[in-house]
Order: sequence, then structure tokens, then C-alpha cells
Amino acid sequence: MSSVSLQNLEISYGNVAIVKNLDLTIQDGEFLVLLGPSGCGKSTLLSAIGGLADVSGGRILFNDKDVTWTDPKDRGIGMVFQSYALYPTMSVERNLSFGLRIAGIDRAIIEKKVKWASELLQIDHLLDRKPSALSGGQRQRVAIGRALVRDADIFLFDEPLSNLDAKLRAELRLEIKKLHKTLKSTMIYVTHDQIEALTLADRIAVMKDGLIQQLDTPLNVYNKPANEFVGSFLGSPAMNKVKGELVAEGDRLFFADGAFRLDVSRYPFAQKIESGRKVVLGLRPEHILPARGETQAIEGKVSLIEPMGSSILAWSIFDGISLSHLVGQDDGCEADRTFPVTIDIQKASFFDVDTGWRL
Amino acid sequence: MPQAKSATKRPLTYQEVWGRVGIYAFLGVLALFFLLPLYVMLVTSFKSMDEIRLGLIFSLPQQFSIDAWIKAWTSACTGLECTGLRVGFGNSVKILVPSVIFSILLGAINGYALSFWKVKGANVLFACLLLGSFVPYQVFIYPLVRFYAQTGIYGSLSAIVLTHIIFGMPVMTLLFRNYYSGLPVELFKAARIDGAGFWRIFISIILPMSVPIAIVAVIMQVTAIWNDFLLGLVFAGRENLPMTVQLNNIVNTTTGERAYNVNMAATVLTSLVPLTVYLVSGRWFVRGIASGAVKG
Amino acid sequence: MGAELTRHVKRNLVAYIALLPMAVVVIFAYLGTMAWSVRLSFSSSKLLPRNDFVGIAQYLTLFDTPRWLTSLGNLVIIAFFFLLICFVLGTLLAIFIDQNVRAESLFRTVFLYPYAMSFVVAGLIWQWILNPDLGIQHTMHGLGFSGFVLDWVVNSKMVLYAIILATVWHGSGLVMALILAGLRGVDTEIWRATRIDGIPTWRVYLSIVLPMLRPMIITSLVLLSISIVKMYDVVVAMTNGGPGTASEVPAKFIMDNLFERANIGLATAASTVMLVTVLLVMAPVIYSQYFRKSGRAS
Ligand SMILES: Nc1ncnc2c1ncn2[C@@H]1O[C@H](COP(=O)(O)OP(=O)(O)OP(=O)(O)O)[C@@H](O)[C@H]1O
Ligand SMILES: [Mg+2]
Repeated sequence: MSSVSLQNLEISYGNVAIVKNLDLTIQDGEFLVLLGPSGCGKSTLLSAIGGLADVSGGRILFNDKDVTWTDPKDRGIGMVFQSYALYPTMSVERNLSFGLRIAGIDRAIIEKKVKWASELLQIDHLLDRKPSALSGGQRQRVAIGRALVRDADIFLFDEPLSNLDAKLRAELRLEIKKLHKTLKSTMIYVTHDQIEALTLADRIAVMKDGLIQQLDTPLNVYNKPANEFVGSFLGSPAMNKVKGELVAEGDRLFFADGAFRLDVSRYPFAQKIESGRKVVLGLRPEHILPARGETQAIEGKVSLIEPMGSSILAWSIFDGISLSHLVGQDDGCEADRTFPVTIDIQKASFFDVDTGWRL
Repeated sequence: MPQAKSATKRPLTYQEVWGRVGIYAFLGVLALFFLLPLYVMLVTSFKSMDEIRLGLIFSLPQQFSIDAWIKAWTSACTGLECTGLRVGFGNSVKILVPSVIFSILLGAINGYALSFWKVKGANVLFACLLLGSFVPYQVFIYPLVRFYAQTGIYGSLSAIVLTHIIFGMPVMTLLFRNYYSGLPVELFKAARIDGAGFWRIFISIILPMSVPIAIVAVIMQVTAIWNDFLLGLVFAGRENLPMTVQLNNIVNTTTGERAYNVNMAATVLTSLVPLTVYLVSGRWFVRGIASGAVKG
Repeated sequence: MGAELTRHVKRNLVAYIALLPMAVVVIFAYLGTMAWSVRLSFSSSKLLPRNDFVGIAQYLTLFDTPRWLTSLGNLVIIAFFFLLICFVLGTLLAIFIDQNVRAESLFRTVFLYPYAMSFVVAGLIWQWILNPDLGIQHTMHGLGFSGFVLDWVVNSKMVLYAIILATVWHGSGLVMALILAGLRGVDTEIWRATRIDGIPTWRVYLSIVLPMLRPMIITSLVLLSISIVKMYDVVVAMTNGGPGTASEVPAKFIMDNLFERANIGLATAASTVMLVTVLLVMAPVIYSQYFRKSGRAS
């Protein structure tokens, strides 16, 4: 068991800093997901934690021990790669045991470990096969198995499921979660798939351009995005964003953009807001609900509907502003008709127009 | 921030430092070994015979002279004739151009027909062809000589060009076949549906896509045909002896004192065409070697 | 069946015609000539081909000819050392170049350029460098080391190694280029995985990377083997078989008997021996390399 602490970390390729001044502490036994768009430096950061990329500044601590320059093999980590990186000329059994053999570990112990890992991952019937004779999901299990037999305290996963089809992904996602429950090791998991992040993580670190934008539980990251980027990166269908102005009228506060006006008095602002402040309103489609006769209902004209299976995504115009919102199949929402909705303003988000940070 | 970077640059261990030194030492020494012959040829070719007799083969020329080059090109003797290498150069070009063009064209047609069309028995033929490319030329030479003699073209330009086409066919066919089987077959099917026939598809669709592999083919064939010795010796006839054969004659049949400077100048001259091809083509050359033998 | 076949041929008629040149070449220039060579080896042909049949007499003579036996022995020695040294040296060069060295392309160019030159050139130049009166020995004497001896090309015990040196110089760049290309194709994540597993670099090359490069290795060995069996030019240019018959090779034996000694029967018997050997060795290689997993499923 190990905690991981990154202090003021900087990683560069040549003169380009990919990760800058990054501070991050991962608790013992925690499942942390690094989430971010392609190229934001997730793999780079993970490699640095694993000792596969040299850092250009800062420190990496495992259990308060400085491992910044420790050899990868001595860090007590297991790593699972996106392309699996199985040794193609070796059988599954060899793949699992090779590192242990090199380390000169006793045969009997190796056998026991391989047996344990392969049974846990249900690949014990595949031990004699070559990787080329395995399906994608099976290869992925072998790759995980190779990390398991190393008795690692910390597991690093670099997009391990991104080469699999949707169904297999969901299956293996569940298994990784179970694995974490069983092993209780620290796991750091890189992905750009938000469903994976939301389902697996104890905490999510959302990254952009080498910087952590928000580090919080999945619920908080989803419901209270720290800034505009996080808000729009998570959630599908995507969050609506409207630029406007906050206007105080008596003891009430309104959001206004042209003719569009919305009472936002009940929004829990984190700070005192003066009238006239320019803001961005972020509204998730599922927080705009079909009205059931409430007084604050507003009416929009439906311009387009996209059936999504269980529900329907409707695009409606409210006083010149287009918002997407979710409606049920039986709510009678049809294109070119008007449709009344209420907006759950407590679940909305306001961001500063200039900085993008949450208000 | 370069300063901050170097501040925490990972300290190299002694082992690693010595490892780097070892790597460069190994590569450096071997590079010298590989360059040695070229160096010797170049320096010697610029020396006079007196200097060669008295001095050392590895020293730089004291008196820089291009006489040997001129002599090698214009007046070096092969037996009784003293016309220099330029005759052989001309012959090699005369052999090279038609051989390269026809062997590549045939290879492309074969590869195309093999990978897109269904011809019964074609794969068996192709297997025989490939197997043939591994067989030493000596097995084919005598029957071919008889055949050419019978048709009356023995010892002519046609004979040597035809021979190069025959022996270039396996590798050219393989090259194009492998390249074409990597092209999407939908392309071919779409053209069939558009009503294009065998030659139409070949000329309008396949050939324009063949530029990269054609470059590889040209590099391979130019080098191989230019460097050929055996076939030129046997089939080209006295009038058309290629440069390699002439070079060997100049060097190995002279009587009296050997003119090493002329010989080495002649050797460099003979290597000039393939060396240029090699230096200009760079990675394509390697690609040619690799794709000539492995699939894909 | 018959009608179906006709229909098939009609539909693809042009393709059949286009492959006609290849068919002619294969049937006449390859198979026909081979068959005739083999046929002649059972005749008593001397200067001109004869159509008689003398059984295996030529083969008996052949294996009673010291020069042929020397040639065969020489080929075995040359092939063994040539393949071994080329492979080891070429692989080492590739691995060393792969260590992120500066001036990588310069090194690559230097190690491969001999392969672009003709065997005649390779033979001539090494003959000069190893020539006692001109090359290294002469230089060492000139520098005062008068006891230094390096007379490989004129020493019948060492002449084979002179030829091996020239051919290794010519061919090891090929192995280097092919293996290097292979090394570059190895997934970088494999390398990272081995670092996590703590496998020493030499062990990674030996147990993981080189086994992955099997196709490249086979390819280069096949290419080198072909060149060594066909070896003729380099010997003619370097030693012309001498001193004495110390550096004779089978290809040269056949050529001499065909064109100088007018002994066609013996030459074709020798070439048949080579043919059979090559076919026995190469057929499985060709099959596995080109046909087993190749082609488009049609
Ligand atoms: N070897 C390298 N040299 C230079 N730049 C690199 C190198 N490897 C990665 N980069 C750059 O570093 C940045 C971060 O790369 P990284 O692989 O960490 O992204 P990522 O977040 O893992 O993306 P993805 O989701 O696509 O895997 C990218 O802009 C990339 O171009
Ligand atoms: Mg990545």
C-alpha cells in the first residue's frame, strides 16, 4: 500500500514543458482517474510516476519516500499499457512470469503467483497461447495480469480499455473496479472516456494543457465543475452555455441576455455578486425539465428533436436563446411546437466570463 | 526554463557514461573499417606511380594529380585495346536503360495481374519464378547460351537485355505484387463496376499509384544491373562488355607493372553510379532491400 | 465443368494474355533450362551437347575431382563464417545505432554503402589492401615493423579469410539496415513494459526484441545465402581461385568447365548438385515466407 505525492512537478520534452508545476496527492488505496482531452499530458504524467519519463523539476514521493530518480522496477508499480505491450513471441504464461524470472524469484512462488493472477482474471485456460492468438479483451486481461504478479503497491493504467468495443469495455470496467475492491491498492488510471472516469474513480483529476483543472469526487466534478472547461468536457449530451449579465432587482437576482431573463436568486454563489457582472451560465440538458404546471415555467419553441433511446434531446428557442434539454418519450415534445420547461437553477453553474472559473 | 531543467537533470551514473563511450568507440572503429577501402581508393587514385612505389598506401597524396583518372577513363588498356573505361561506361548505360525499363514494366504488369485478377495456375507459376530466383545462374547459363546462339542473338545487346529481364523478373514481380496486395481491393472493384477493363484499370488507376514502389524498383534494378558481372561477361559479347567486366580486365590482365593509381581510379569510376544512387536515395534503398524479400 | 472453365478464361482473357510473358519466361527460361541442364548432366557432353545417356558417370567423375571437392569445402567454410559474422556484426551495429546516437544517419550510410557497390569492386579493393607489397603489410614495414605479416591473399591457408573479409565488408550493412528497420518498428510500450518489469537491456534484445524480428532475420539470412551461393565475381576479381586452387568456389568451377575446359557434362552435373541443394534448403523457406500467410483471400 502506498500513497503518491507529486510536488511541483514539471516534465518537458526538449524545451516544451508538457506538465507544469503540478501538485497532486493520491491517498493510499485510492482510485484516481486522470481525465483530459487528447494530448493534455496524461500519459506523460503517468510515465513520470512510473519512472519511464525523466522529470525536469519537482519531486515524486511514494509513502513520503523520494523516488524521483528511482528505477522503474524498484518503485513497486505495475503498469498496464494502451497497446497492451505483451511480449509477442512469448506465451501468456511467459509474459506473466518473465519479470519475476529475471528478478530471480523462486520457481514455486512464480508458479503460485501466475496461478493466482490468471485465475483471478479468468485467463488460466489461455496460459499456453501466444498473444496473437488472443482476443482484445483477453490480451487486456493478460496485460493486467502481468501487472498483478509483480505484487505492486501502485497500479498505473494508461487508457487500458480504449482499444476495445463498447460492450467489452463496460465488462472490463466492472472487473477493474472489482479488482480494486479486492486488492485495495492505489490505482492511477488515465482515460479520456468520461464514463470510465465517473464510474471508476474515487476522485477525478481533470487535466488540460498539463494543468489539473479540478480534483474532486466524480459527483462534484460533474455537478459543480470548477470552470467552464470542466463543465463542458464532462457530460453527454453537452452542457448548454449562455453568455449574459447578472442583474439585481430588489432582493432578487436575474440572469439576462437580451430578451431572455431567468430568476437565479436561489443559486448558491460562492461569493458576493455585484449587479452587472458578466457571466457564463452553464446548464446541463437534464437540468431543464418539462414543466408540470409550475409558475416559473418558461416556454420555448422546439426547433429540432434527437431521439436518444430512453429519452429525447430537444433543441428549443427561449426568447432568442437556443438550449438543449432532455424530455421523456411521453412528454409530447414535437418539432415546431411550443414546449414549457422549468430550470433547476440550483444545479446550474455560473462561470466568470473572463477567467472561466466557477462563481 | 532550461536552467531549472538542467538543475534536476538525472545524474548519469559512471556505468552509463562508460556505456556511451563504449557505444561511440564501437561504432567509430567500425565506421573507420568500413570507410578504409574507399579512402585508400581515393587517395591512391590521386597519387603518381612514383609516390605509390615509395610511399605508403594510407598516406595522403603529396602531389595531387588527376592523371590517373584521365587515363582510367580514356586510355587504360584491356589486353590490346587501350580505350579506357568510357567504352564500358557507354555499354553499361546501353544495357541499363532498356533492361530497367522493361523489367520494371513487366514486373508491374505481372504483379497487377497476380494480385487483382484471377488467373488459374498463376500462383504456381509465381512460386516457380520465386524459387528460380534462388537458383545459381550457372544452372541456366549454358542452355540460355545455346538458345541465344540458335536464334542468332548471342553476344548482342538484345541477348544481355533479355537476360536481365529474365533474371530481374522474380524480384520485380514480387515487389509489385506485394505492393498491390496492400492497395484496397475496393478501388479495383469500383473501377470494374465503372466498366474499366484490364489495361484501363492498370493505366489509369494502378500505375499512377505505383510511383513509390516504382522508385524502389528503379533503385534496385539500376544497382543490380550496373553491378552485374557474370551475365555481362557471358551474354553481352565483346562489343558490349559492361563496365564491371572491363574494370576487371583492366586490373587483372595488365602486363608489366601494375598502375595502381589508374586501377583505383577505374574502380571508383565504376562504383560512381551505384554510389550516387545509394547516397541520393537514402532510406528508399533500404526499403528496396526489405520489400524485395519480405511481404509487406 | 468445361463450360465453366471456358467462361472463366473468357472473362479474364486479357489477364491471361498479360501473364503470357511471365509464363513463357518461367516455362522456358527457368524450368526448361533447368531441365536441360539436368539432362545434360547425364550425358557425355564435352565441347558440344550430346544426347547420349551415360548414367551418373559425370557425377562420379565430379566427386572424384579434387578441384570440385575443394570448391565445395571452401563454400562451406566461407558460407559459415560469412553468415555468422555478417549476422552478428550487422545485428550489433543495428543495436548500437539504435541507442539514440548522434550522427545516426551518417553511421547508417557508412555501414551500408559497400552493399551498393559491385562484388568486383569489393574483391579488387580488398585484394589491394591485403596485398603484401602494397597494402597493410607494406605500410607496417614502412613504419618500421619489419616482422609484420599480413599476406592473406597470397597465402593459400588464409586466402578464404581474405574473401570472407571482403564479403563481410560488403554484406553486413544489409543485416544492419534490415534489423535496424525492425528495431524501429518495435512498439515503444514494449520497451516501457520491460523497464517496469526490470529486465536488463541486453536481455530485452535477446529474449524479446530479436525473437520479434524473426522475419527480418530470416530475410537477411536468405539474401546473404543467395549471394554466397552465387559467389563468383568477388573470387574472380580478388584471387581468381588462387593461389593454386585454394580459393576455388563451385560457381567458378562450373563457369570454368563450361567455357574454358569445354566439359559441359561435368559442369552441368556440378550445377545440378547446386540446384538440388538450393531447392532443398529454400523450398520450405519460400513456402513459409511468401505463401503461408500471404496474398489476398480470393
Ligand atoms: N516523445 C515526445 N517528444 C515530444 N513531445 C511529446 C513526446 N511525447 C508526447 N509529446 C507531447 O506531449 C504532449 C502530451 O502527450 P501525452 O502522450 O501525455 O498526451 P495524452 O494526454 O496521453 O494524450 P492521449 O489521450 O492522446 O494519449 C502532447 O502534446 C505530445 O505531442
Ligand atoms: Mg496517452
